[in-house]
Order: sequence, then C-alpha cells, then structure tokens
Amino acid sequence: MELVAIFISAVLVQNFVLFYFLGICPFLGVSKKIDSAFSMGLAVTFVMSITAVVSWLINNLILIPYSLEYLQIVSFILVIASLVQLVEMFIRKISPPLYQALGIYLPLITTNCAIMGLALIASLNEYGFVETVIFGFGSGLGFTLAIILMAGIREQLDLADVPEPLKGAGIALIVAGIMALAFNGFIGMLT
Amino acid sequence: MSTKSIGAEYLKGLWDENPVFRQLLGMCPTLAVTGTVITGLAMGLATTFVLIFSSLVVSSIKKLIPAQVRIASYIVVIASFVTIADQFLKAYFYPISKAMGPYVPLIVVNCIILGRQEAFASKNSAGRSLIDALGMSSGFILALLVLSTIREILGAGTFLGYQIMGAWFKPWTIMILPAGAFLTLGVLLGIALAIERKTMRN
Repeated sequence: MELVAIFISAVLVQNFVLFYFLGICPFLGVSKKIDSAFSMGLAVTFVMSITAVVSWLINNLILIPYSLEYLQIVSFILVIASLVQLVEMFIRKISPPLYQALGIYLPLITTNCAIMGLALIASLNEYGFVETVIFGFGSGLGFTLAIILMAGIREQLDLADVPEPLKGAGIALIVAGIMALAFNGFIGMLT
Repeated sequence: MSTKSIGAEYLKGLWDENPVFRQLLGMCPTLAVTGTVITGLAMGLATTFVLIFSSLVVSSIKKLIPAQVRIASYIVVIASFVTIADQFLKAYFYPISKAMGPYVPLIVVNCIILGRQEAFASKNSAGRSLIDALGMSSGFILALLVLSTIREILGAGTFLGYQIMGAWFKPWTIMILPAGAFLTLGVLLGIALAIERKTMRN
C-alpha cells in the first residue's frame, strides 16, 4: 500500500513539472508536437529510473557509511552527467531503433534539473531501495503525462487567437498554471 | 571578447539580456521559491554567490582547461560553490534552508550559471566576467523579487512577513499554490514582451 501511495503521488499529486517545477526547460521546449513530447517523456523516464537506482547506491553504500554527505551535490551531478553519456552509447550499440527515437533528446537530459532533483528528493525523503525505484519510475511517468498533455493543448493553441505578447512561453506557462490547478485536485486521492 | 563599456556590461543583465524575462533561463528556481519574498531573496543571493565565484574561477583558469572537458570542469567548479552555499545556509539560516528544500542544491543545474560560463567567462577576463556575473545576478534577483512580491502580497497579504493588507483583504490561496507561480510568470513574460515591443517601435 505504501508503494502504491508513493507511485500515485509521484505520477499525479507531486508531479515533477506541475508540483516541483523541475524539468521546465524541456517541458516548454519540446512540447510543440505530441510525437516529440512522447519521445522526450520516454527518454526522461528511462534515465530517471536508472538514476534512481544509481544515486541510491552511491548515497547509501558510499556517502552515508563514510560520512561524506557534504559531497552529495558534486558526486550526484558527475554521476548523472557520465550516466547519460553511458546510456547514450549503450543504446546506440544495443538498439539502433530506440536510439533513433531518443537520440537527440538524451544529451539534453544531462542539464535537465528533474534528474538531479529526483536524486536529491529521493535522498531527502530517505526512501529505501524499492521505494526509490518506484519513485524514479513514477516521476518519469508523471513527467511524460504532463508533457504529452501540454503538447496536445499546444497543438490546438496554434489555431487559437492568442494576444501577440503572450505567444510562445507566456501562454504555455498560463496553460501549465491551469493544468497545475487541475492536478491539485488529485491531492484527495492520498488522504 | 566583449568590447562593451563597464556600465553597459553590467546593465545588459538587468533588462536587455535579463536571464528570466528575456532568455527564459533559470525558470525552475524562479517558479519554485517565490511563494514568499524571503525565500526568493535567499535564492537570489545564493545564486549570486555561486555565479560570481564560478565566473571568477572559470575566467582565471580558462587557458588550463582543454576544450573537450570544459563543460565537466565548469560543473565541478559550480558544484563546489553550490556545496559551500548549501552548507552555509544550513549552518546559519536553517529555517530558510529547510523551507527551500532541494532547491539550494539544485542551483548546480541552474542553466543561468552554466550558460554564463560557456558564453562569457570562458572567453573574457576575470574583471569583465565579474561585472557580467554581477549584472546577470542583479537581473535574476530583480525577477525573483517582482514575482515573489506579487505572490506574497496577493497570496498572504504580507510582505517579508509583515501584514500590509487591511482586514478587508481575503488572501488568494491560488497564488501560494504551484498554479499561481505559473500564471504570474506567464503574465509577467507577456508584459515584459509588450514593453519591449513598445520601446522597439519608438
């Protein structure tokens, strides 16, 4: 039950984009078409799940036993940067079709604050191993859900009469605000 | 190499190249910590500290860094200063550090900082990079203050914790919620663009 709650919370209630404001850059930048939004969501979910595992191992097997918690920021960011590189090389070797689909989005993920945020929030919440994996996967799904919804709305927005200065980022943020308000309703699911 | 005068180098960060309103950088912290003015200000000052010292270090050692590993090197420099800022806040301003949660360590992935290293500090002298860093941080603090002032006054009726709205005022809870952050920033971006269009035409 605990694990289900963590999963639902990560996908809907404490959505990474709409609650934690993490990953706003790809959320605004890659949400113009549903296809590319889906690929970006897939790439983020993939990297988030792996990051959750690796950052948990580093935190609990190296940093905490040797009282090196103050090195958390430096070690997490270096691990994430090299991890994304490794994942990219690995996918290119193992599955060229998947690489075709995710290719250009993977390098962008290194500088995506959602990945670093995932590692930090999982460690702040003191999740165990299984909880961290569920949290990582759920957060990725939550990001995918938010970015696909956004892309769907923006495809329709192209046809709408938006005031000139609000075109682009302005209206996208206002739409995100209304989405955040709607997602706020999911809080009732956990009480 | 930049050839602007010192004054212009500083001022460009406030408006022409304002990181939030014009370049759309650093959106995550801008949205996340602006529920109250005090956390917004703390984020602005912490980011200023990291940006200034990273720019000084990167511009001083730019000749020693091989081009292939420059991004990784910048990240290590930035992460070190973020760690110092994080530990300092935890030690001396624990309640604020607690209220800001994961967003202090997340300064490390703030694209304003990495962006300035790549676009400016790696190509200019230490003195000029310092001015650029000061200008960009002032622009960032300005954006955080505008957003957090609007959200705190409308959302709680207070400014820096002091009650400033009369008893007739009913706080708009939405401004404290994440939705309020998105809506306010969206409208502000529109206003900034409208002002820009107007001044361009004249």
